[in-house]
Amino acid sequence: MMHSIVLQKGTGKVEQFIQQLINGISIGSIYALIALGYTMVYGIIKLINFAHGDILMIGGYVGLGCVLFFNMSFIPAVLIAMVVCAALGVFTEKVAYKPLRNAPRIAVLITAIGVSFLLEYLMVYFFKASSRTYPSDFFSFGSINLGSITISMDKMMVMLITIVLMVLIQIVIKKTKLGKSIRAVSSDQDAALLMGVSVDNAISFTFIIGSALAAVAGVMYGAMFTINPLMGMQPGIKAFVAAVFGGIGNIPGAILGGMLLGVTETLVSAYLSSSIKDAVAFAILIIVLLVRPSGLLGKNVKEKV
Amino acid sequence: MFFSIKDLNVFYGVIHALKDINLHVEEGEIVTLIGSNGAGKTSTLRAISSLSKIKSGQITFRDKNITGIKAQEIVKMGISHVPEGRRIFADMTVAENLSMGAYLRRDKEGIKSDLEMIYRRFPILKDRAKQMGGTLSGGEQQMLTMGRALMARPKLLLLDEPSMGLAPIYVQEIFSIIQSINEAGTTILLVEQNANMALHVADRAYILETGKIVKEGKASELLNSEEVRNAYLGGV
Repeated sequence: MMHSIVLQKGTGKVEQFIQQLINGISIGSIYALIALGYTMVYGIIKLINFAHGDILMIGGYVGLGCVLFFNMSFIPAVLIAMVVCAALGVFTEKVAYKPLRNAPRIAVLITAIGVSFLLEYLMVYFFKASSRTYPSDFFSFGSINLGSITISMDKMMVMLITIVLMVLIQIVIKKTKLGKSIRAVSSDQDAALLMGVSVDNAISFTFIIGSALAAVAGVMYGAMFTINPLMGMQPGIKAFVAAVFGGIGNIPGAILGGMLLGVTETLVSAYLSSSIKDAVAFAILIIVLLVRPSGLLGKNVKEKV
Repeated sequence: MFFSIKDLNVFYGVIHALKDINLHVEEGEIVTLIGSNGAGKTSTLRAISSLSKIKSGQITFRDKNITGIKAQEIVKMGISHVPEGRRIFADMTVAENLSMGAYLRRDKEGIKSDLEMIYRRFPILKDRAKQMGGTLSGGEQQMLTMGRALMARPKLLLLDEPSMGLAPIYVQEIFSIIQSINEAGTTILLVEQNANMALHVADRAYILETGKIVKEGKASELLNSEEVRNAYLGGV
């Protein structure tokens, strides 16, 4: 379902490989967008936010609603989905996670799983479990031919949007006061408090950024495939894996992990079998973690007491 | 009254960590809080900065009741806390660490001139400005954490074990820096296990034992008291 591999007629091996690479990087871009939210939230409150994939799903639905009811084009629909998801992300943080900030970590983890199921089955109740599709012209940019290679511009757009967002996020995190406060709280919460940083605000902003990125991923994912209330589970788990793969808590690691996972599974399904792609991708993950337990770019830091 | 604590009680769960603590600091003084491990020195500083919850008692700073207000407000009022174990932001550069100290300030010019002042006081920090904080040596990290606190331009500086884990050469240096910060006009409340050094730089001292203040007085007098020498200065 996720990787319909359309082989262009008359293409040779090199051309096919390049096309698969582009497919892989585009799905990897989506994983990376989702993985950023996982990794930033983990970085700041050490929570694996299992409801993160469902924020993506809500983004997909909001985008579809904007198209169907207001006939919006891609950019306004994405912007509205980002706002709604950011609000939902902060709301879940304030209502479900914040009261448990000093509780054992397992309690918050279970709560996150609860929030995930709650969102999924509320959507099933209100919008039915059936799959829906975006209008075919919503995210359609045609394709161009470079020699014997046909490049889907939809996939190039996914990459371009992802790159722009990644650069923006890096600027926010590295250069702005807001970004510095998020890094400070992620590094040492008490020390950040002593600088006068509002820990609550830093955590809220982290959820805003992560949820808004998930919204973009959700609309693009929905437009490329189909949407349904459980659509967040698979890319959510994959993106979580990508975040761990790259080094949980590490932003460049999440991007790298997402890209590698997308490319690996696409190439495996193209050259071996699509039914074994997840098995191979996860086998690689296990091997990487055996060699580097803290992930590709993660640092081997001991938990501070 | 510049700074005072009245009948302060702090509990960690069922443990009564601070029992009716009373102390005061006058403007311009160095006051030290000494005592053995677990006596409640760090707990006192954490209560002042609102990092720990206060059960009862009152903390006043420049005639304002600051008991239980937000940590952020305490910093804004002019109390900076250099925590035990330095607690620098390891993944941020030295320059970024220092800028975090000025997080609540908006006066760009003042921040800039304070940064230059810090770099003059700690030239090593200027040399290492672009390095990650985590790559600094222990002594350099101690200077960074003190510089970071000074970037808030505090009126009262809380120092928690600044000499802990440092090579002897740095211990000397840190104490002379503490004195020069004080001479430049910052009041200091100093927590130390190195009672000998602390009493040498301080004006007055309080001795804590299992959450209670058991003795107070002029630092020079405590330094000469037989009882204090035997209990806290290793009988020298």
